[in-house]
Amino acid sequence: MVATREGQQMANANKARLSDSAKAEIDAWLTKYPQEQRRSAVIPALHIAQDENKGWLTTQLMDDVADHLQIPRVSVYEVSTFYSMYDLEKVGTHKVCVCTNLSCMLSDSDAVVARLKEKLKIDFNETTADGKFTLREVECLGACVNAPVMLLDRTYHEKLTPEKVDKILGELE
Amino acid sequence: MKIEIEIDGKKLQVEQNSMIIEAADNAGITVPRFCYHKKLSIAANCRMCLVDVEKSRKPLPACATPVTEGMVVRTRSKLALEAQKSVMEFLLVNHPLDCPICDQGGQCELQDIALGYGADASRYDQGKRSVADKNLGSLIATDMTRCIHCTRCVRFGTEIAGITEMGSIGRGESTEIGTYVEKSLSSEMSANIIDLCPVGALTNKPFRFRARAWEVLQARGVSAHDCVGSNLHIHHRRNKIMRVVPKENEAINETWISDRDRFSCEGLHSEDRVTTPMIKRHGQWEQVDWQTALHVAVEGLQTIAQTQSPSHIGALASSNATLEELYLLQKLMRGIGTNNVDHRVRQSDFHYQQATALMPTLPVAIADIEQQDLIIYIGGHPQFEQPLINHRIRKARDNGATVIMINPVDLKHNFDVSDKLIVANPLLPRALTAICRALSEQNPDAKTSAQELLQSVTADDKHQQLAKQLLAADNSLILLGAIAQHHQQGGLLHGLATLMASLGNSRVGLLTPGANATGAWFAGAIPHRGPAGLNVAKPGLDVKRMWESQLPAYLLLNLEPEHDCANSQRALKALHNADLVICVTPYKTAAMEQYADVILPMAPFTETSGTFINIEGKWQSFTAAVTAQGESRPAWKVLRVLGNLLELDGFNYVASTEITDELQALTANINSDQQINKWRYPSQLPAVNNGIERITYWPIYRSDNVVRRSVPLQNTPISDAPVIAMSQTLAEELTLKAGEDVVVSQVDTSITLPVKIDNRIAGNVVYIPAGFAETAALYESFGSVNIERK
Ligand code: SF4
Ligand code: FES
Ligand code: FES
Repeated sequence: MVATREGQQMANANKARLSDSAKAEIDAWLTKYPQEQRRSAVIPALHIAQDENKGWLTTQLMDDVADHLQIPRVSVYEVSTFYSMYDLEKVGTHKVCVCTNLSCMLSDSDAVVARLKEKLKIDFNETTADGKFTLREVECLGACVNAPVMLLDRTYHEKLTPEKVDKILGELE
Repeated sequence: MKIEIEIDGKKLQVEQNSMIIEAADNAGITVPRFCYHKKLSIAANCRMCLVDVEKSRKPLPACATPVTEGMVVRTRSKLALEAQKSVMEFLLVNHPLDCPICDQGGQCELQDIALGYGADASRYDQGKRSVADKNLGSLIATDMTRCIHCTRCVRFGTEIAGITEMGSIGRGESTEIGTYVEKSLSSEMSANIIDLCPVGALTNKPFRFRARAWEVLQARGVSAHDCVGSNLHIHHRRNKIMRVVPKENEAINETWISDRDRFSCEGLHSEDRVTTPMIKRHGQWEQVDWQTALHVAVEGLQTIAQTQSPSHIGALASSNATLEELYLLQKLMRGIGTNNVDHRVRQSDFHYQQATALMPTLPVAIADIEQQDLIIYIGGHPQFEQPLINHRIRKARDNGATVIMINPVDLKHNFDVSDKLIVANPLLPRALTAICRALSEQNPDAKTSAQELLQSVTADDKHQQLAKQLLAADNSLILLGAIAQHHQQGGLLHGLATLMASLGNSRVGLLTPGANATGAWFAGAIPHRGPAGLNVAKPGLDVKRMWESQLPAYLLLNLEPEHDCANSQRALKALHNADLVICVTPYKTAAMEQYADVILPMAPFTETSGTFINIEGKWQSFTAAVTAQGESRPAWKVLRVLGNLLELDGFNYVASTEITDELQALTANINSDQQINKWRYPSQLPAVNNGIERITYWPIYRSDNVVRRSVPLQNTPISDAPVIAMSQTLAEELTLKAGEDVVVSQVDTSITLPVKIDNRIAGNVVYIPAGFAETAALYESFGSVNIERK
């Protein structure tokens, strides 16, 4: 996944910089790792930066994280493009991450996905027109015992059915 | 410790901690590989090197499996071959099978290994992935669909270039190699990833689609741009240089070359190459035959020698000239009857020239730099002066050495400096003297004749601490860079560094500009000593005095004084006022057309045979890769004919190797006395001027006439347009703002440059590059300047 031209343009339009309070939070994380392994803090640091910017990361924010951790910028891009929990383009207020990996698929995640798409009127990797929801297809969420599973912001919803999806979405609207 | 293993039935004694692949390589047994490279860390991500190891249920990657006592390995068993074939099939799933339109075709590791280890036909019939190409700048072309994600290029950045610019972006099937945000690579060694890339993903941009590997002929060459003497393979076709690649030499350049060495060849065919002799008649340039041009030159020289005096003629050469050229030049001048010959064109201080050793060399081999415990580097920027020496310093640092920088500008390096002392340029001699004082206090047994000088300064805690570190190191080295050598008190700085070495049980080495400064000293292209350090009765004029004396005649060899000399304006003045200026040069410049009277076209380093002596004192001879363009001739031949026409003795060489042999024979006469530095130290340091001082540096891609003409190098991000850099404090004092144009003047000339704020510069000092038309009008490269608002 590479920043698309539009993505980069959007990223440039968003001028947000890493705040001092975010830097302080990152510094708190840094104390947990050995001095010479500052780069270990990149994952929490990116979460902090992302939370501060309505759920997504701009190139500027990633550069700020890199500079604050004193590591090469590309090393931060490598991490942020690797993990699906980081978003590099603007996202909706809520992120719906639905698992379609093996166990979930066998437990009919297809029906869950179909209902999500139908309700939200968007496809994977799209955001609703009102900017409320972004829909994501993700790999195993590690909760296979209760498949099918989706992660809504920070909450796991398990043993899903299309009806359950209606209810969950209904509560948010 | 050695242990015994068996590979393909051969019993081998191998190093205990090595990997199977290293053992196989040393025994000449081929194991296919993509990600493994002996100079890079082990990634083990391509799996191409799978081999069959007895007692293992699965094939194992040879690059990541350590050898164990009694191990039995088969690289060509059924299991191994099947594994290799399967890996090959997977690697080709997403790789285009269109070698005929790929620039790497015919020199591709993937193509070779697919042929040797893969299947005959592809079973894969679905869509292949395609990846957008990246723009990595003017040197490296990309075709990222071909990338097999071996990550050699990524590891090279972090581990060798010391700057991480490439990475693996994304994951799984969407992984892409790139920089994420578009970015030209800024490393001075970046293009080595072209050689590292096992496929056609990264290729040589200027060379792209210009020739096939099997069409080119390969000649051996030696780098003509720095004192490392990197070994080159020069590829040419139909008498034209197509590209340059490294020739492996573990003792010098390992498997690398700098981008300057690789792409300077793009400057060889520039439009201002001169390929016919030219003379100026009644203010007009005329192309003439050699006979006419040589006749004009000889007659001119003879007239001045006879009507005035031979000592009214001065000869100046580039330190990129070959040993043979430099030797003949000084022989010619001394034959005419003058010692006015020099190559130290960037130097400002010649006071201590009699004190220095026979020729500048490093006290250790280049490869041993990385074994030092401590390195003190004084005045300069190793990364952009000698990239491969810098690479060794970086390796020393990786091996745990202490690396201390003493510099007037807190320059950025591609390794972490252990400690540094940043002092305003005019105070550099004082700082070194203070360290010497600290050393003599801490090491009272060391004798010195400089006590009076040492007593004239005080050493603070920092000086004491640096002295302590130097004394504590067993293997230490003091290196002097370009700023130290070109400094207005460069001679003294060299002397003080020598004193530091003798008081601190260390050794000192100069990192000289150009490819052959060591050779120039040995050849006698200096006014105060003949070849092999022979004494001369009355020293001739050094570069500085040759310009100041405004001689009636100058003979210039491979030199563009307006770009190459310390005091370019003084040089230009002298040349304009001279009656006769003879340029033996591969190129002409606008300024040269004004000041020269005769232009004799010479062959650049790829078109002549010759020898360079590198900074460790190693003689490296080479032959011409291609014949000289047009009417141009190797300069040794031009000088030989000039010698003949001037009826001088000893100019009857038939081949350049005869000159080399003559020089070799001289090594027996080396005056051993001159191997030793004999410094006489002043009792006081020279007074420091309080005005604004200028530091001049030659940016990496402005360093000589060939490099300056290489367009791809000029378009890299490390080729900045000239600016005048100064600290915020100084800018405020002068009420200047960043980006604003200012008038920089010296004596009676001035130029306009934009201001750059750079807080790494200490004191009332401005940092101005040389080698640009914009800065040629300035005088002393280290001296006072006046700065005014435009
Ligand atoms: S670009 Fe070449 S060197 Fe870099 S990862 Fe891809 S195949 Fe390997
Ligand atoms: S497969 Fe969906 S949670 Fe594991
Ligand atoms: S060479 Fe061994 S895994 Fe790539």
